[in-house]
Amino acid sequence: MSEVRFHGRGGQGVVTTSKILANAFARTGQFGASFPMFGFERRGAPVTAFGRFSDKAVREKTQIYNPDIIVVLDPSQRNSDAVFQGLLPGGMMLLNDSDNKINVSHENLKRLGIIDANKIAVEEIGLSIPNTVIVGAFAKMSGLLDIEPCCDALQDYFSGKKLLANIVCAKRGFEEVALFDL
Amino acid sequence: MKPKADVKTKAGSQIKVITGNAAAAIGAKLARPDVVAAYPITPQTEIIEQISKFHADGEMDCELITVEGENSAMNAVMAASLAGGRVFTASSSWGLVFMYDAILATAGARAPVVMVNVNRETPGIIAVSSGQQDMISTRDAGWIFLIAEDCQEVLDLVLQAYRLAEDYDIQVPVMVHYDGFYLSYLSEGVNVPLQEDVDRFLSVLNDQPQRTRLLPGGKLGCGTHGILGGYLELRYKHVSALERSKAKFEEIDKEFHQIFGRSYGGQIEEYRMDDADVVLVGSGSMCGTIKAVIDEKREAGVKAGLLKIRMYRPFPSEAMVAALAGKKAIGVVDRSLCFGFKGGPIYTELKSLEIQLGGSKMISFIDGIANTDITKANVEQMIDTTCDLAAGKDVREVTWVSYPEAREPDSEKTGGL
Repeated sequence: MSEVRFHGRGGQGVVTTSKILANAFARTGQFGASFPMFGFERRGAPVTAFGRFSDKAVREKTQIYNPDIIVVLDPSQRNSDAVFQGLLPGGMMLLNDSDNKINVSHENLKRLGIIDANKIAVEEIGLSIPNTVIVGAFAKMSGLLDIEPCCDALQDYFSGKKLLANIVCAKRGFEEVALFDL
Repeated sequence: MKPKADVKTKAGSQIKVITGNAAAAIGAKLARPDVVAAYPITPQTEIIEQISKFHADGEMDCELITVEGENSAMNAVMAASLAGGRVFTASSSWGLVFMYDAILATAGARAPVVMVNVNRETPGIIAVSSGQQDMISTRDAGWIFLIAEDCQEVLDLVLQAYRLAEDYDIQVPVMVHYDGFYLSYLSEGVNVPLQEDVDRFLSVLNDQPQRTRLLPGGKLGCGTHGILGGYLELRYKHVSALERSKAKFEEIDKEFHQIFGRSYGGQIEEYRMDDADVVLVGSGSMCGTIKAVIDEKREAGVKAGLLKIRMYRPFPSEAMVAALAGKKAIGVVDRSLCFGFKGGPIYTELKSLEIQLGGSKMISFIDGIANTDITKANVEQMIDTTCDLAAGKDVREVTWVSYPEAREPDSEKTGGL
């Protein structure tokens, strides 16, 4: 089982990112379970979400304290202690950042993916909502998923032109993420 | 891009990755209610949003009453239910207590309302957080209470609730509970049954006698002032119906299994209980985490098991005694408080069965209130402590697992708050 923790802010689609990935895993015959943790729903407030992806049914309904992978949609949180808390050895981090170079460090971080998801989202959907770009970039960086089930999963959340544009976002995330093995 | 068909299962159902709230809304839709009345509240709002969408899209052919508050919601569905309709509503926490008088009246009128309550802390200390205190605050209303562990069970229990509430031999309202946040917002794969299978499952109700209906122009007293003997008769019949509902729920679980291929065990689910020496008693979403920890403990040679409460009202006394009698030690996990008692509510109730259990020792764990996470480490601590109790070590009766500052509530402490 891979345990993934997502960090972002209300409005960035953090929760939807974790949902789409759970959906994509289910489409491959595996199991995904994700949930967010926040109090009142409001834009701009820090949001954390948790995803468990496994070839067996996921039973745990508890937050994730020792993630294998961390996904950071809000670059201002990239060096916060909360983001790296409990990262397991051999850990991975996916970072949404316009600065395409390694400016984070942690002793357990072995692989870093950087993608300017806001820029791609603005180009493709006209809004700086990075979530679907992140979905594609996650598939590439983690190696846990192919891009097809991710694109298929988007059908449950978007339709029409928005669906097509978000599929482009996911594919660009998959293709354009910069990977660094540390 | 051509959309791909959803994953088909053997039973012809579809696997959808949805939240607990969406599972509740889909369950309600599949039951084809005549009237839905509801008011939104965190963490239940998504149910009402989804039902509103189903209604607007023409997928749900019901009267949808968007009331100005929860009290009206319960009064509306109670009235519609007494008129013979199938009804649904959902609430949580503040909303649930704002409809409290109507909850009592609905039970007294024996109106077979089905509702969902997404568990959240009650007013008192203002908190938008998970906890079963709202369930405890309404437990003595005379409703049947069912509790779900995961998103699949949410959907399945909503369907089973209609069979239970509307059964001619029961006619008692049913509330389906599940944990706010940890389950309401959890997205996972759910087998969404086909409408025709749900219709078949519920069709049993069509073959039963028509229940008494309160219709415009008809002469019928309902919920009127029963005093003395009349009151006693109504209350006695109500208590008897609750007792009957235990066996009925077991039957419904078996029939559900025949049609949908899923069985949960009825009033309680027993997990690795057969040879267990120590047992945790829990309910709701914590049970998934407890099962995972029990598997790890079993590998280390600890004979631990879980008794999951699925039916909380009526209290499944007989089933629990049968499952727990002779166990060395029992740890009861409560996600709520029982003001006036040191231990949690379920612990306090189970203590009343101490003699029937024949010497099993019991302790109380309070955890998961106010959104505190019932972590795997917490569950491990509970199992270890229960093992200590079984081994005859000196263990305190009540442990607030996520609040180590709490000694056992202390009567000798003086001064201030």
